[in-house]
Amino acid sequence: MTVNDAEVTREIEGRLLLVHFLRDHLGLTGTHWGCDTSNCGTCVVWMDGEPVKSCTVLAAMAGGHEVRTVEGLEQDGQLDPVQQGFMQCHGLQCGFCTPGMLMTARALLDRNPNPTEQEIREAISGQICRCTGYATIVRSVQWAAAEEAGTRTTIPAEGA
Amino acid sequence: MQVPAPFEYERATSVDHAIGLLDRLGETARLVAGGHSLLPMMKLRLANFDYLIDINDLHGELGYISVEPTQIRIGAMTRHRELLESQVLADTFPIFGDAERVIADPVVRNRGTLGGSLCQADPSEDLSAVCTTLGASCLIRGTGGERVVTMEDFHRGPYETAVGDAEMLIEVRFPVRPHGSSAYEKVERRAGDWAVVSAGAAVWLDAGVISDARVGLAAVGPNTTGLPAISEALRGHAPSEELYARAGAIAAQTCRPATDSRGSEEYKRHLADELTRRALRRSVARIVADDPGA
Repeated sequence: MTVNDAEVTREIEGRLLLVHFLRDHLGLTGTHWGCDTSNCGTCVVWMDGEPVKSCTVLAAMAGGHEVRTVEGLEQDGQLDPVQQGFMQCHGLQCGFCTPGMLMTARALLDRNPNPTEQEIREAISGQICRCTGYATIVRSVQWAAAEEAGTRTTIPAEGA
Repeated sequence: MQVPAPFEYERATSVDHAIGLLDRLGETARLVAGGHSLLPMMKLRLANFDYLIDINDLHGELGYISVEPTQIRIGAMTRHRELLESQVLADTFPIFGDAERVIADPVVRNRGTLGGSLCQADPSEDLSAVCTTLGASCLIRGTGGERVVTMEDFHRGPYETAVGDAEMLIEVRFPVRPHGSSAYEKVERRAGDWAVVSAGAAVWLDAGVISDARVGLAAVGPNTTGLPAISEALRGHAPSEELYARAGAIAAQTCRPATDSRGSEEYKRHLADELTRRALRRSVARIVADDPGA
Protein backbone atom coordinates (compact mmCIF):
# COMPACT_ATOMS: atom_id res chain seq x y z
CA MET A 1 0.00 0.00 0.00
CA THR A 2 1.01 3.61 -0.05
CA VAL A 3 0.75 5.59 3.17
CA ASN A 4 0.89 9.36 2.78
CA ASP A 5 2.34 8.85 -0.74
CA ALA A 6 5.16 6.56 0.45
CA GLU A 7 5.25 2.95 -0.76
CA VAL A 8 5.07 0.52 2.18
CA THR A 9 5.57 -3.26 2.09
CA ARG A 10 5.39 -5.47 5.19
CA GLU A 11 4.79 -9.11 6.05
CA ILE A 12 1.79 -9.11 8.37
CA GLU A 13 -0.72 -11.43 9.98
CA GLY A 14 -4.11 -11.60 8.24
CA ARG A 15 -5.92 -10.49 11.36
CA LEU A 16 -3.89 -7.30 11.88
CA LEU A 17 -6.17 -4.26 11.85
CA LEU A 18 -5.21 -1.20 9.82
CA VAL A 19 -5.16 1.05 12.90
CA HIS A 20 -2.56 -1.17 14.60
CA PHE A 21 -0.54 -1.50 11.40
CA LEU A 22 -0.31 2.28 11.11
CA ARG A 23 0.50 2.84 14.78
CA ASP A 24 2.60 -0.17 15.75
CA HIS A 25 4.31 -1.14 12.50
CA LEU A 26 4.76 2.27 10.87
CA GLY A 27 4.94 4.41 14.01
CA LEU A 28 2.22 6.73 12.72
CA THR A 29 0.61 7.36 16.09
CA GLY A 30 -1.35 10.38 14.89
CA THR A 31 -4.17 7.98 14.10
CA HIS A 32 -5.76 7.19 17.44
CA TRP A 33 -7.16 3.90 18.63
CA GLY A 34 -10.35 4.38 20.59
CA CYS A 35 -13.44 2.29 21.06
CA ASP A 36 -12.39 -0.68 18.90
CA THR A 37 -16.04 -1.10 17.84
CA SER A 38 -16.34 1.35 14.90
CA ASN A 39 -18.41 3.75 17.00
CA CYS A 40 -16.08 6.54 18.08
CA GLY A 41 -14.31 7.42 14.82
CA THR A 42 -11.00 8.59 16.24
CA CYS A 43 -9.27 6.01 14.02
CA VAL A 44 -10.59 7.51 10.76
CA VAL A 45 -8.07 7.54 7.91
CA TRP A 46 -8.59 7.73 4.17
CA MET A 47 -8.52 4.74 1.85
CA ASP A 48 -8.41 5.85 -1.79
CA GLY A 49 -9.61 9.29 -0.72
CA GLU A 50 -12.58 8.17 1.36
CA PRO A 51 -12.75 8.23 5.16
CA VAL A 52 -12.85 4.76 6.75
CA LYS A 53 -12.69 3.53 10.34
CA SER A 54 -9.31 1.83 10.49
CA CYS A 55 -10.26 -0.34 13.50
CA THR A 56 -12.71 -2.13 11.20
CA VAL A 57 -10.48 -2.54 8.16
CA LEU A 58 -7.86 -5.29 7.99
CA ALA A 59 -4.43 -4.00 7.08
CA ALA A 60 -4.40 -6.65 4.35
CA MET A 61 -7.58 -5.16 2.88
CA ALA A 62 -5.72 -1.88 2.40
CA GLY A 63 -2.99 -3.65 0.39
CA GLY A 64 -2.60 -2.00 -3.00
CA HIS A 65 -4.62 1.01 -1.91
CA GLU A 66 -3.70 4.58 -1.02
CA VAL A 67 -3.93 5.33 2.68
CA ARG A 68 -3.69 8.83 4.06
CA THR A 69 -3.42 9.62 7.76
CA VAL A 70 -3.49 12.82 9.76
CA GLU A 71 0.29 13.01 9.34
CA GLY A 72 -0.33 13.44 5.61
CA LEU A 73 -2.55 16.52 5.93
CA GLU A 74 0.28 18.99 6.23
CA GLN A 75 1.69 19.90 2.80
CA ASP A 76 5.14 21.44 2.25
CA GLY A 77 5.41 22.47 5.88
CA GLN A 78 2.03 24.23 5.73
CA LEU A 79 -0.79 23.07 7.97
CA ASP A 80 -3.96 22.21 6.11
CA PRO A 81 -6.71 24.85 6.49
CA VAL A 82 -8.75 22.43 8.62
CA GLN A 83 -5.80 22.07 10.98
CA GLN A 84 -5.48 25.85 11.12
CA GLY A 85 -9.24 26.12 11.72
CA PHE A 86 -9.06 23.74 14.68
CA MET A 87 -6.27 25.92 16.14
CA GLN A 88 -8.09 29.19 15.51
CA CYS A 89 -11.50 28.12 16.77
CA HIS A 90 -10.50 25.84 19.66
CA GLY A 91 -11.66 22.77 17.75
CA LEU A 92 -9.74 20.54 20.14
CA GLN A 93 -9.70 20.23 23.89
CA CYS A 94 -8.14 16.91 24.94
CA GLY A 95 -7.28 16.17 21.29
CA PHE A 96 -8.25 12.52 21.32
CA CYS A 97 -10.93 12.72 18.60
CA THR A 98 -9.04 15.35 16.60
CA PRO A 99 -7.21 13.19 14.02
CA GLY A 100 -10.45 11.51 12.95
CA MET A 101 -12.33 14.80 12.95
CA LEU A 102 -9.63 16.42 10.79
CA MET A 103 -9.66 13.61 8.22
CA THR A 104 -13.45 13.62 7.94
CA ALA A 105 -13.53 17.43 7.73
CA ARG A 106 -10.91 17.50 4.97
CA ALA A 107 -12.85 14.87 2.97
CA LEU A 108 -16.08 16.81 3.45
CA LEU A 109 -14.58 20.08 2.19
CA ASP A 110 -13.03 18.31 -0.81
CA ARG A 111 -16.52 17.17 -1.87
CA ASN A 112 -18.50 20.13 -0.61
CA PRO A 113 -16.42 23.32 -0.22
CA ASN A 114 -19.25 25.27 1.42
CA PRO A 115 -21.14 22.92 3.75
CA THR A 116 -24.00 24.04 5.98
CA GLU A 117 -23.80 23.49 9.71
CA GLN A 118 -26.18 20.56 9.30
CA GLU A 119 -23.97 18.99 6.63
CA ILE A 120 -20.91 19.33 8.87
CA ARG A 121 -22.76 17.75 11.79
CA GLU A 122 -23.94 14.91 9.58
CA ALA A 123 -20.41 14.30 8.25
CA ILE A 124 -19.02 13.90 11.78
CA SER A 125 -22.04 12.02 13.12
CA GLY A 126 -20.03 8.79 13.30
CA GLN A 127 -17.43 10.37 15.52
CA ILE A 128 -17.49 11.13 19.21
CA CYS A 129 -15.84 14.07 20.94
CA ARG A 130 -15.52 12.97 24.55
CA CYS A 131 -15.13 16.63 25.59
CA THR A 132 -18.45 17.28 23.81
CA GLY A 133 -16.84 20.19 21.97
CA TYR A 134 -18.95 19.82 18.87
CA ALA A 135 -19.85 23.51 18.53
CA THR A 136 -16.22 24.52 18.23
CA ILE A 137 -15.47 21.62 15.88
CA VAL A 138 -18.26 22.80 13.57
CA ARG A 139 -16.94 26.35 13.80
CA SER A 140 -13.41 25.15 12.98
CA VAL A 141 -14.63 23.44 9.80
CA GLN A 142 -16.54 26.59 8.84
CA TRP A 143 -13.35 28.61 9.41
CA ALA A 144 -11.47 26.29 7.03
CA ALA A 145 -14.21 26.51 4.40
CA ALA A 146 -14.14 30.30 4.52
CA GLU A 147 -10.34 30.35 4.48
CA GLU A 148 -10.27 28.22 1.33
CA ALA A 149 -12.95 30.29 -0.35
CA GLY A 150 -11.03 33.46 0.45
CA THR A 151 -14.07 34.84 2.23
CA ARG A 152 -12.89 34.58 5.82
CA THR A 153 -13.26 37.82 7.69
CA THR A 154 -13.51 36.77 11.32
CA ILE A 155 -13.90 33.69 13.39
CA PRO A 156 -17.49 32.44 12.93
CA ALA A 157 -19.86 33.81 15.56
CA GLU A 158 -20.93 32.02 18.72
CA GLY A 159 -23.83 29.65 18.31
CA ALA A 160 -22.53 28.17 15.07
CA MET B 1 -7.82 -4.91 22.74
CA GLN B 2 -10.21 -6.65 20.38
CA VAL B 3 -8.53 -8.75 17.73
CA PRO B 4 -10.01 -11.56 15.62
CA ALA B 5 -8.74 -15.11 16.08
CA PRO B 6 -6.05 -16.05 13.54
CA PHE B 7 -7.19 -16.80 9.99
CA GLU B 8 -5.73 -17.06 6.51
CA TYR B 9 -6.52 -14.06 4.30
CA GLU B 10 -7.30 -14.59 0.63
CA ARG B 11 -8.29 -12.04 -1.95
CA ALA B 12 -10.74 -13.00 -4.69
CA THR B 13 -10.07 -11.60 -8.15
CA SER B 14 -13.42 -12.56 -9.71
CA VAL B 15 -16.79 -13.97 -8.69
CA ASP B 16 -15.81 -17.37 -10.09
CA HIS B 17 -12.54 -17.25 -8.14
CA ALA B 18 -14.43 -16.43 -4.92
CA ILE B 19 -16.90 -19.28 -5.46
CA GLY B 20 -14.03 -21.65 -6.30
CA LEU B 21 -12.29 -20.74 -3.04
CA LEU B 22 -15.53 -21.23 -1.08
CA ASP B 23 -16.08 -24.57 -2.77
CA ARG B 24 -12.59 -25.74 -1.85
CA LEU B 25 -12.50 -24.37 1.69
CA GLY B 26 -16.09 -25.18 2.72
CA GLU B 27 -17.60 -23.95 5.94
CA THR B 28 -14.23 -22.92 7.35
CA ALA B 29 -14.25 -19.91 5.00
CA ARG B 30 -16.33 -16.76 4.88
CA LEU B 31 -16.54 -13.87 2.42
CA VAL B 32 -15.83 -10.38 3.72
CA ALA B 33 -17.15 -7.33 1.87
CA GLY B 34 -17.25 -4.02 3.78
CA GLY B 35 -16.53 -5.96 6.95
CA HIS B 36 -18.38 -3.56 9.23
CA SER B 37 -20.64 -6.28 10.62
CA LEU B 38 -18.41 -9.32 10.24
CA LEU B 39 -15.14 -7.93 11.63
CA PRO B 40 -16.76 -6.66 14.87
CA MET B 41 -18.27 -10.13 15.36
CA MET B 42 -14.87 -11.73 14.72
CA LYS B 43 -13.23 -9.31 17.16
CA LEU B 44 -15.72 -10.40 19.82
CA ARG B 45 -14.98 -14.04 18.81
CA LEU B 46 -18.68 -14.53 18.10
CA ALA B 47 -17.59 -15.60 14.62
CA ASN B 48 -14.40 -17.54 13.86
CA PHE B 49 -13.20 -18.75 10.48
CA ASP B 50 -10.02 -20.40 9.22
CA TYR B 51 -10.15 -18.41 5.98
CA LEU B 52 -11.44 -14.97 5.15
CA ILE B 53 -11.97 -14.23 1.46
CA ASP B 54 -11.84 -10.52 0.70
CA ILE B 55 -14.19 -9.66 -2.20
CA ASN B 56 -13.63 -5.89 -2.26
CA ASP B 57 -11.77 -6.19 -5.56
CA LEU B 58 -15.09 -7.37 -7.06
CA HIS B 59 -16.66 -3.94 -6.61
CA GLY B 60 -16.12 -3.30 -10.33
CA GLU B 61 -18.01 -6.49 -11.18
CA LEU B 62 -20.72 -6.34 -8.50
CA GLY B 63 -21.10 -2.64 -7.73
CA TYR B 64 -23.93 -1.44 -9.98
CA ILE B 65 -27.49 -0.12 -10.05
CA SER B 66 -29.01 -1.26 -13.31
CA VAL B 67 -32.40 0.08 -14.43
CA GLU B 68 -34.67 -2.02 -16.63
CA PRO B 69 -38.31 -1.42 -17.62
CA THR B 70 -39.80 -3.74 -14.99
CA GLN B 71 -37.04 -4.06 -12.40
CA ILE B 72 -33.96 -2.49 -10.89
CA ARG B 73 -31.01 -4.80 -10.31
CA ILE B 74 -28.43 -3.85 -7.68
CA GLY B 75 -25.08 -5.63 -7.40
CA ALA B 76 -24.23 -7.13 -4.04
CA MET B 77 -21.05 -5.05 -3.65
CA THR B 78 -22.87 -1.72 -4.07
CA ARG B 79 -21.93 0.35 -1.05
CA HIS B 80 -24.36 2.17 1.26
CA ARG B 81 -23.06 5.51 0.09
CA GLU B 82 -23.72 4.61 -3.54
CA LEU B 83 -27.29 3.60 -2.69
CA LEU B 84 -27.81 6.89 -0.84
CA GLU B 85 -26.38 8.99 -3.65
CA SER B 86 -28.21 7.25 -6.52
CA GLN B 87 -30.67 9.59 -8.22
CA VAL B 88 -32.53 6.76 -9.93
CA LEU B 89 -33.14 5.04 -6.60
CA ALA B 90 -34.25 8.32 -5.04
CA ASP B 91 -36.76 8.72 -7.87
CA THR B 92 -38.01 5.12 -7.99
CA PHE B 93 -37.70 3.90 -4.40
CA PRO B 94 -37.36 6.85 -1.99
CA ILE B 95 -37.39 4.29 0.85
CA PHE B 96 -33.67 3.72 0.10
CA GLY B 97 -32.76 7.32 0.86
CA ASP B 98 -34.90 7.36 4.01
CA ALA B 99 -33.22 4.22 5.30
CA GLU B 100 -29.66 4.92 4.18
CA ARG B 101 -29.60 8.29 5.93
CA VAL B 102 -30.11 6.48 9.25
CA ILE B 103 -27.95 3.41 8.68
CA ALA B 104 -24.81 3.71 10.82
CA ASP B 105 -22.90 6.89 9.88
CA PRO B 106 -21.33 8.37 6.73
CA VAL B 107 -17.89 6.83 7.34
CA VAL B 108 -19.31 3.33 7.86
CA ARG B 109 -21.50 3.83 4.78
CA ASN B 110 -18.34 4.29 2.71
CA ARG B 111 -17.52 0.62 3.31
CA GLY B 112 -20.69 -1.36 4.04
CA THR B 113 -22.46 -3.09 1.15
CA LEU B 114 -25.98 -4.19 0.22
CA GLY B 115 -24.93 -7.83 -0.05
CA GLY B 116 -23.06 -7.76 3.24
CA SER B 117 -26.05 -6.25 5.03
CA LEU B 118 -28.41 -8.92 3.72
CA CYS B 119 -26.01 -11.81 4.36
CA GLN B 120 -25.39 -10.63 7.92
CA ALA B 121 -29.13 -11.28 8.41
CA ASP B 122 -29.42 -9.23 11.56
CA PRO B 123 -33.14 -8.93 12.44
CA SER B 124 -32.61 -5.23 13.20
CA GLU B 125 -30.89 -4.45 9.92
CA ASP B 126 -32.55 -1.68 7.94
CA LEU B 127 -31.67 -2.65 4.35
CA SER B 128 -33.12 -6.11 4.93
CA ALA B 129 -36.38 -4.45 5.94
CA VAL B 130 -36.21 -2.27 2.82
CA CYS B 131 -35.75 -5.34 0.60
CA THR B 132 -38.57 -7.15 2.39
CA THR B 133 -40.85 -4.15 1.93
CA LEU B 134 -40.08 -3.84 -1.77
CA GLY B 135 -40.61 -7.54 -2.43
CA ALA B 136 -37.04 -8.01 -3.60
CA SER B 137 -35.49 -11.28 -4.69
CA CYS B 138 -31.89 -12.42 -4.43
CA LEU B 139 -29.70 -13.94 -7.11
CA ILE B 140 -27.37 -16.54 -5.59
CA ARG B 141 -24.56 -18.20 -7.53
CA GLY B 142 -22.70 -21.41 -6.71
CA THR B 143 -20.60 -23.95 -8.55
CA GLY B 144 -23.77 -25.59 -9.84
CA GLY B 145 -25.29 -22.43 -11.32
CA GLU B 146 -27.61 -19.66 -10.26
CA ARG B 147 -30.92 -19.50 -8.42
CA VAL B 148 -33.27 -16.73 -7.36
CA VAL B 149 -34.96 -16.69 -3.94
CA THR B 150 -37.47 -14.27 -2.46
CA MET B 151 -36.64 -12.28 0.67
CA GLU B 152 -39.02 -14.52 2.65
CA ASP B 153 -36.90 -17.53 1.70
CA PHE B 154 -33.57 -15.70 1.88
CA HIS B 155 -33.65 -15.03 5.60
CA ARG B 156 -33.89 -18.31 7.49
CA GLY B 157 -33.51 -16.87 10.99
CA PRO B 158 -31.21 -14.54 12.90
CA TYR B 159 -27.80 -14.52 11.15
CA GLU B 160 -28.90 -17.35 8.83
CA THR B 161 -29.57 -17.09 5.11
CA ALA B 162 -30.32 -19.32 2.14
CA VAL B 163 -26.77 -18.77 0.83
CA GLY B 164 -24.93 -22.10 1.07
CA ASP B 165 -21.28 -22.66 2.03
CA ALA B 166 -20.09 -22.62 -1.58
CA GLU B 167 -22.47 -19.93 -2.77
CA MET B 168 -22.45 -16.17 -3.04
CA LEU B 169 -25.12 -13.47 -3.19
CA ILE B 170 -24.64 -11.74 -6.55
CA GLU B 171 -27.43 -9.21 -6.91
CA VAL B 172 -30.76 -8.09 -5.51
CA ARG B 173 -33.70 -7.45 -7.84
CA PHE B 174 -36.52 -5.03 -7.18
CA PRO B 175 -39.73 -5.17 -9.23
CA VAL B 176 -40.82 -1.75 -10.56
CA ARG B 177 -44.52 -0.98 -10.93
CA PRO B 178 -46.10 2.36 -11.93
CA HIS B 179 -47.98 4.76 -9.63
CA GLY B 180 -46.13 3.67 -6.52
CA SER B 181 -43.88 5.09 -3.86
CA SER B 182 -42.30 4.09 -0.58
CA ALA B 183 -40.95 5.39 2.73
CA TYR B 184 -38.98 4.28 5.78
CA GLU B 185 -39.37 5.31 9.41
CA LYS B 186 -36.92 4.42 12.17
CA VAL B 187 -36.64 5.19 15.85
CA GLU B 188 -33.13 4.85 17.25
CA ARG B 189 -31.64 5.79 20.61
CA ARG B 190 -28.85 7.88 19.09
CA ALA B 191 -27.50 8.70 15.62
CA GLY B 192 -26.18 5.62 13.86
CA ASP B 193 -27.57 3.05 16.28
CA TRP B 194 -29.53 -0.07 15.45
CA ALA B 195 -33.29 0.45 15.29
CA VAL B 196 -35.48 0.24 18.36
CA VAL B 197 -38.10 -0.44 15.68
CA SER B 198 -38.20 0.45 11.97
CA ALA B 199 -41.05 0.26 9.49
CA GLY B 200 -40.91 0.40 5.70
CA ALA B 201 -43.92 0.86 3.45
CA ALA B 202 -44.52 0.65 -0.29
CA VAL B 203 -47.87 1.63 -1.80
CA TRP B 204 -49.28 1.55 -5.34
CA LEU B 205 -52.40 3.50 -6.33
CA ASP B 206 -54.83 2.99 -9.18
CA ALA B 207 -57.42 5.75 -9.73
CA GLY B 208 -57.23 6.83 -6.09
CA VAL B 209 -57.50 3.33 -4.67
CA ILE B 210 -54.67 1.27 -3.19
CA SER B 211 -53.96 -1.48 -5.70
CA ASP B 212 -51.21 -2.96 -3.55
CA ALA B 213 -49.26 -2.12 -0.41
CA ARG B 214 -46.47 -3.78 1.55
CA VAL B 215 -45.11 -3.16 5.02
CA GLY B 216 -41.85 -4.55 6.42
CA LEU B 217 -40.62 -4.21 9.99
CA ALA B 218 -37.16 -4.48 11.54
CA ALA B 219 -36.13 -5.32 15.12
CA VAL B 220 -39.44 -6.89 16.13
CA GLY B 221 -38.84 -10.60 15.52
CA PRO B 222 -36.30 -13.20 14.40
CA ASN B 223 -36.25 -11.80 10.84
CA THR B 224 -37.17 -8.55 9.21
CA THR B 225 -40.83 -9.24 8.74
CA GLY B 226 -43.18 -8.67 5.85
CA LEU B 227 -46.82 -8.41 6.91
CA PRO B 228 -49.17 -9.87 4.27
CA ALA B 229 -52.20 -9.20 6.52
CA ILE B 230 -51.60 -5.47 6.09
CA SER B 231 -51.47 -5.83 2.30
CA GLU B 232 -54.83 -7.61 2.39
CA ALA B 233 -56.37 -4.97 4.65
CA LEU B 234 -55.27 -2.10 2.42
CA ARG B 235 -55.93 -3.40 -1.09
CA GLY B 236 -59.01 -1.97 -2.77
CA HIS B 237 -59.43 0.92 -0.33
CA ALA B 238 -58.81 4.64 -0.75
CA PRO B 239 -56.00 5.90 1.51
CA SER B 240 -57.26 7.39 4.78
CA GLU B 241 -56.10 7.93 8.36
CA GLU B 242 -58.53 5.26 9.48
CA LEU B 243 -56.97 2.79 7.07
CA TYR B 244 -53.46 3.63 8.29
CA ALA B 245 -54.66 3.10 11.86
CA ARG B 246 -55.99 -0.33 10.93
CA ALA B 247 -52.65 -1.21 9.34
CA GLY B 248 -50.79 0.06 12.41
CA ALA B 249 -52.93 -2.08 14.68
CA ILE B 250 -52.17 -5.17 12.59
CA ALA B 251 -48.44 -4.37 12.77
CA ALA B 252 -48.57 -3.99 16.56
CA GLN B 253 -50.49 -7.25 16.97
CA THR B 254 -48.54 -9.47 14.60
CA CYS B 255 -44.96 -8.42 15.34
CA ARG B 256 -42.95 -10.34 17.94
CA PRO B 257 -40.69 -7.87 19.76
CA ALA B 258 -38.69 -8.74 22.86
CA THR B 259 -37.96 -6.50 25.79
CA ASP B 260 -34.29 -5.50 25.81
CA SER B 261 -32.06 -2.52 26.53
CA ARG B 262 -33.62 -0.65 23.60
CA GLY B 263 -37.12 -0.78 25.01
CA SER B 264 -39.97 -2.87 26.38
CA GLU B 265 -42.11 -5.15 24.28
CA GLU B 266 -45.05 -2.82 24.86
CA TYR B 267 -43.11 0.24 23.68
CA LYS B 268 -41.93 -1.59 20.58
CA ARG B 269 -45.48 -2.61 19.70
CA HIS B 270 -46.49 1.02 20.07
CA LEU B 271 -43.65 2.01 17.71
CA ALA B 272 -44.60 -0.68 15.17
CA ASP B 273 -48.10 0.81 15.10
CA GLU B 274 -47.04 4.46 14.85
CA LEU B 275 -44.17 3.94 12.39
CA THR B 276 -46.35 1.80 10.11
CA ARG B 277 -48.88 4.63 9.95
CA ARG B 278 -46.21 7.22 9.25
CA ALA B 279 -44.53 5.16 6.52
CA LEU B 280 -47.85 4.50 4.76
CA ARG B 281 -48.89 8.15 5.05
CA ARG B 282 -45.59 9.36 3.63
CA SER B 283 -45.63 6.82 0.78
CA VAL B 284 -49.09 7.94 -0.32
CA ALA B 285 -48.15 11.63 -0.04
CA ARG B 286 -45.17 10.98 -2.30
CA ILE B 287 -47.28 9.25 -4.95
CA VAL B 288 -49.75 12.14 -4.97
CA ALA B 289 -46.94 14.70 -5.15
CA ASP B 290 -45.21 12.94 -8.07
CA ASP B 291 -48.27 11.76 -9.90
CA PRO B 292 -51.45 13.71 -9.00
CA GLY B 293 -53.59 11.53 -11.29
CA ALA B 294 -52.71 8.24 -9.59
